[in-house]
Amino acid sequence: MIPVCRLDDLPAGASARLDTTPPIAVFNADGALYAIDDTCSHQDASLSEGWLEGCQIECPLHAASFDLRTGEPTCLPARRPVRTHRVSVVEGMVHVHVTDAPSIPAEAGAAAGEGSAA
Amino acid sequence: MRTVIVVGASLAGLHAVRELRAQGFDGRLVVIGAEPHMPYDRPPLSKSFLKGPASGPGPKASMADGAIAAPTADVTGPAPTAPTADVTGPPPTADATGPALTLAATGTAPAAATAPGAAATALGADATGTPPTADAVRTPGTPGPSTSTAPASDTTDEPTLALADADELADLDAEWLLGTPASGLDTGSRAVLLADGRAVIGDGVVIATGAAARSLPGPPLAGVHTLRTLDDARALRTALTSGPRRVVVIGGGFIGAETASSCVTLGHDVTVVEAAPLPLVPQLGPDMAVFCADLHRRGGARLLTGTGVAGLRPGLRSATRTASAWTASASTPDGRVAAVELADGRLLPADVVIVGIGAYPNTAWLEHTWLDGGRGELRGGVPCDQGCVTALPEVVAVGDVARVGGVRAEHWTSATEQPRVAVRNLLAARTVETANALPYFWSDQYGSRLQFAGHRPTEATVRVEEGGLAPDDDGFLAVYEYEGRPTAVLAVDRPRAFMRARRELRARLAAAL
Repeated sequence: MIPVCRLDDLPAGASARLDTTPPIAVFNADGALYAIDDTCSHQDASLSEGWLEGCQIECPLHAASFDLRTGEPTCLPARRPVRTHRVSVVEGMVHVHVTDAPSIPAEAGAAAGEGSAA
Repeated sequence: MRTVIVVGASLAGLHAVRELRAQGFDGRLVVIGAEPHMPYDRPPLSKSFLKGPASGPGPKASMADGAIAAPTADVTGPAPTAPTADVTGPPPTADATGPALTLAATGTAPAAATAPGAAATALGADATGTPPTADAVRTPGTPGPSTSTAPASDTTDEPTLALADADELADLDAEWLLGTPASGLDTGSRAVLLADGRAVIGDGVVIATGAAARSLPGPPLAGVHTLRTLDDARALRTALTSGPRRVVVIGGGFIGAETASSCVTLGHDVTVVEAAPLPLVPQLGPDMAVFCADLHRRGGARLLTGTGVAGLRPGLRSATRTASAWTASASTPDGRVAAVELADGRLLPADVVIVGIGAYPNTAWLEHTWLDGGRGELRGGVPCDQGCVTALPEVVAVGDVARVGGVRAEHWTSATEQPRVAVRNLLAARTVETANALPYFWSDQYGSRLQFAGHRPTEATVRVEEGGLAPDDDGFLAVYEYEGRPTAVLAVDRPRAFMRARRELRARLAAAL
């Protein structure tokens, strides 16, 4: 369980990024909190910097879109899901419970192997 | 429409295949690819791929071949030496195209395969030094290895370049003729001619042959690279793994800048040569070009501007005395690049030269056709209307090769967005929709991410709206304006601000239509 920030600091429409390995993005989608792996499964870009609309997050680089509830891509160019993580709020503090399942191999390669493609 | 031929197993070609199926085309689909690989993504080639973990030669490269190898089976018969008789007749049915097009849907490579389909196995052999195996050729229609042919732990970044996986390829149900460039289009008989003499007949054609890297005139020299294809990138990556090198990058455009940046990261000594006074002026305008020139210097590369390249100098092999007593009285060129000679006479010593001086559309195969207009118009791309439809309603063009509404753009997003419109118009047999997407491109160099969207008239002015150009400003958002209205935006390391600005531009464009 990793503390992220105070709930007050994550208003609706906002996102936060955890510098874990791989990094995790936390979103407040109209009051509901979601956490997913931050790196787009298509190419190296931070989903926490994407465009949030309802439960969809659009990648800032190539407009791949993911469903925050499932991590599944909802359009190309992404074809692989990102992991989802459980979020809880304890005494006003947002926490992420990192999923044990390994991230998708290609994604792990992107995060650990390539680092920033920039 | 019973048979559609997609010429170009590219990003745009694959998207055309996807759109054809998505829009209900259930006929025969044949894809012709000049390269032996299944469609792959090119943008990472100058960036993460070049810097990737699998930079060494060896078995790691082989699984990549498994991942991007041709999944189709081989052509069953020997390739005939001439087009089939059908090409001169009326469009035949799918079954009457002759043996040249009969593709076997088997998962094994025939031992005697000599046709282009065998290229996939040959490729595997190349990378591993071992004989090709049947595993290197997979068929969408059969349950072959669902992932790559190598252990999952032995990952490289190469499989992530593949644009479609086996499941999707099976669903798309297309025939892939790879390693076989198209050599002609016979519009009378509706046949696409292949370089090996075969012909494919169809009632619709999608031209997606892309562009090819320009090279410098003169004889080829070892150590000189272009960076366009996967094979180019593999060769360059190998050249960059044998210790620190003196790298000269010719051309300060996006490919040059990204490649130079990757080479600096890999620890090489990098010089970028740009003939113009500043790099990227045509793309970004002079103000932002100054910023990009600074990126090179901040990033650790030398940037030489305002001087062209006179030529490449080979190294010299000194006289050798052998037991057989032949002696050379003078040194002879060794066939390897040793230096780049600039127009002002300077010599830049170089172990590796990367030529990044742009690309030209792959249209040579369409010369002397209806599409050419008889006036050499194809040099600027295949002329199309705003709906990607050529002079022939049954032929559309997409991606880098297409000049849509007078504009040819080598943008990844054009290649992914045009096919939807092009396919719709192809199936409708006339232009019912036009492609009006806002141009968008991005570039990663020296740790910065540049994103640009919109149109930039040369008279446009530019204004920094957020952040600043100094190194400690953490990037910026700049807006280009023309006649008092924003027409384009450029962001450096400001993805969120860029997304907002791009959406606003898009909405403005939609409102103006």
